[in-house]
Amino acid sequence: MLYGAFGYDEGLGYTLYYTTNFIFTGLAFAVGFHCGLFNIGAEGQAYIGGLGVGLVCLWLESWPLWLVFPLAILASIVLGGLWGAIPGYLKAKRGSHEVVTTIMFNFIASVVMVNLLSHVLKPPQEMSPESREFSEGVWVPQMHEIFEWFGIEITQTPLNGTFFFALICLFLVWRFIWYTRWGYELRTVGTNETASVYAGISVSKNIIIAMVIGGGLAGFVGINEIMGSSHRLMLNFQAGIGFTGIAVSLIGRNHPLGILLAALLFGILYQGGAELSFEVQAIDRHMVVLIQGLVILFAGALENLFRPQIEQFVKRLAT
Amino acid sequence: MSALAIELTGINKNFGNVCANKDVSLKVESGTIHGIIGENGAGKSTLMSILYGFYQADSGTISVQDKSMQIQNAHDAIDAGIGMVHQHFMLVDTFTVLENVVLGTETGYSLKKSLEASALELQRLEKEYHLEVGIDSVINTLPVGLQQRVEILKALYRGADILILDEPTGVLTPQEADHLFRVLSELREQGKTVILITHKLREIMAITDNVSVMRQGEMVAHLKTAETNQEELAELMVGRKVLLQVDKAPAKPGKPVLTVEHLDFTDDSGVHRVKDVSFNVRSGEIVGIAGVSGNGQSELLAAITGIQPLQKGQLKINSETIRPDMRADAADMRRFGMAHVPEDRQRMGLVTSFSAQENSILGYHNDPAYNGLFEMDRDAILSTCQHGMEHYDVRPNNLNLRASLFSGGNQQKLVVARELERDPELLVIGQPTRGVDIGAIEFIHRQIIAMRDAGKAVLLVSVELDEILSLSDRILVMFAGQIMGEVQASSANERDIGLLMAGISKEAHERNSSKYPGCHTGHNHQSFTRFFGFRNCNLGTGRRSVVCFKNHALWCFRI
Repeated sequence: MLYGAFGYDEGLGYTLYYTTNFIFTGLAFAVGFHCGLFNIGAEGQAYIGGLGVGLVCLWLESWPLWLVFPLAILASIVLGGLWGAIPGYLKAKRGSHEVVTTIMFNFIASVVMVNLLSHVLKPPQEMSPESREFSEGVWVPQMHEIFEWFGIEITQTPLNGTFFFALICLFLVWRFIWYTRWGYELRTVGTNETASVYAGISVSKNIIIAMVIGGGLAGFVGINEIMGSSHRLMLNFQAGIGFTGIAVSLIGRNHPLGILLAALLFGILYQGGAELSFEVQAIDRHMVVLIQGLVILFAGALENLFRPQIEQFVKRLAT
Repeated sequence: MSALAIELTGINKNFGNVCANKDVSLKVESGTIHGIIGENGAGKSTLMSILYGFYQADSGTISVQDKSMQIQNAHDAIDAGIGMVHQHFMLVDTFTVLENVVLGTETGYSLKKSLEASALELQRLEKEYHLEVGIDSVINTLPVGLQQRVEILKALYRGADILILDEPTGVLTPQEADHLFRVLSELREQGKTVILITHKLREIMAITDNVSVMRQGEMVAHLKTAETNQEELAELMVGRKVLLQVDKAPAKPGKPVLTVEHLDFTDDSGVHRVKDVSFNVRSGEIVGIAGVSGNGQSELLAAITGIQPLQKGQLKINSETIRPDMRADAADMRRFGMAHVPEDRQRMGLVTSFSAQENSILGYHNDPAYNGLFEMDRDAILSTCQHGMEHYDVRPNNLNLRASLFSGGNQQKLVVARELERDPELLVIGQPTRGVDIGAIEFIHRQIIAMRDAGKAVLLVSVELDEILSLSDRILVMFAGQIMGEVQASSANERDIGLLMAGISKEAHERNSSKYPGCHTGHNHQSFTRFFGFRNCNLGTGRRSVVCFKNHALWCFRI
């Protein structure tokens, strides 16, 4: 499994490609979590965010990448954020629970996309419900292309420049949550609503903000998938990534650094698992899922099992 | 010396590195009321939890009624005849008194049978100890004083000879507390032993026979109550001389800083909590709002400080007028020059999972002084926090410690430091010393007086009558959402305020006294039925008042 994930550069490429997705959805969940929300709608937010990316790419095909890329980011923030904002608004003003509304919005997103793809965006003569391929000018450069600029040759994988953008997002979210007054308000609302009312912090405003940011981050999955890899809008490109993001964030203790590591772990599980079922006949796909499940279980559960020992170890190092 | 009900020798208990009880010994004579007094965190509750089987002592022996025994859990304690009345009642709100008492001791398959059997026993106990509650009343319809009686009944029903009461008067009015003490004396006359845990010196002096003082996990003194006094006890508790009386010069009030006009508040469930309240607070004076908790003070406080949106009426802070349509929140109030030390520091005043320094800017985090273009200015926050913690002597002096890891008194100092360091024009402060130990109380009181002397206006809300009396210049008494009356602190006495707190205006009492010399005055029909522990009694109509005799005293009720 590890060989599949790391052993050769193609495997590594895929691993990091998956990691990129998980970073976005992991962050999407984490931002909500710090505001006391359980945002399980990253799935739908990523889907709709991806729609934004796709639309920008389809419309502005002839524009240069350095203009389209920020616009695509903006579009995924706007649409993904909107998809987060509506449940956020409902939670803040109407008190509807975000778990219910976000999961409903996942379904709505999926229906909207099916309709758009099979009726509006599909080129007339095509059979499969996808949009046409974008022109090459707006593709995010693949990693092997980037490495080529420096004269290094690596195998072609879907891994693309978005990976660096994900790392930037990790850094920005970290600074935002722990170093700005907006992050301070967000965390106050998330840990103690009564205290935030006391401090004059608007609970509803922050809930909506957190959902918008979360939705925007989830929407970035679209950049990686649509603009970086498949180069067309298609059905279910986000399959399961949004939900995995919850596990990524929780295992990573909702901290960007933890999310990076957890996203990497899930990248390994995805790619290594695929490799495993491909190479070893006796292990079928379900077995791989089982193995993944066990890893998640132990990674999550062992955290508390070994925590006292690790804490003591760290203390001993400190003294 | 009579027989010993309880003897503890050499009890040690450590929680991690923290020593909660260190070589504690205690002798409680049978048939006495024994007080255990100490500051918060002195180890009183731990000691009693060991006696009641919640914790196991690390070492030491326990003997009950001269028999040495191991108490592994609450069942052992009950078997040994020990009963406990917790500070927070352990009652099922929707059950009747009978069901609550029986809970956990049901026998046989049929609940009905055991209920019937218990009903008789319970009625006998009620009579014997004058603890009338009405066994079929549902708990959540009973006032706290009566709920407490149910707890006592529960302990007695389980055959307790030794009764432990943990801070029993925290939730009671002075009158209810007096009544509790009468019940306790009654129990003592019947040969029961009572252990009273408290941090209120007055109660120790009023009711106990013997008193043990604890400090920092150690037993520092065993005294006969008759041979000691409050000052000595306070000194033993704190370990240094303490000023129980606050020294203050007469107030020099200036112009009104806060004016409240016709404030009305109805809560979410439609209960009319604050009814047409008007008053003002001038600069250089402390106005205290007294009242039994739950009479609208919290809601009044919430409305004034912007925690709850203003519904009706208006506020004036300095020259600003705040009307309901402005939807002013707590941040706006701060901008108008109000600082607010909330009643509940754990839920409201602090984010307990945040560090001390993060808490030191709560509510002021948008202040430009703490903010750069994007990120907050860590150095500015650090220096504010450092300064506040030094000035207010917060211990431990660790800026990065989570707020939940400070003791209650130090948490309160953190909040007080944050609010007072801003040098506000108007300070609104709720329960400034709830759950705070004597040393810190003295300190916080001095800070409040210093604010006043610096010409600031202070509005103080407290359910501790002593605190109101010693700090305030003017006292307003709230009852059922209304201001029952205003008393000048210089001429106030506890009795007058107590009557107002029970909803009895001075005039009504004077009228009654002239008719029935020496009588007490009750509030109205509801309080009458509550007072006598039965509900829905019909006193007939047409009469204006009822006079009756209870607890060796004459009472008068308006109906």
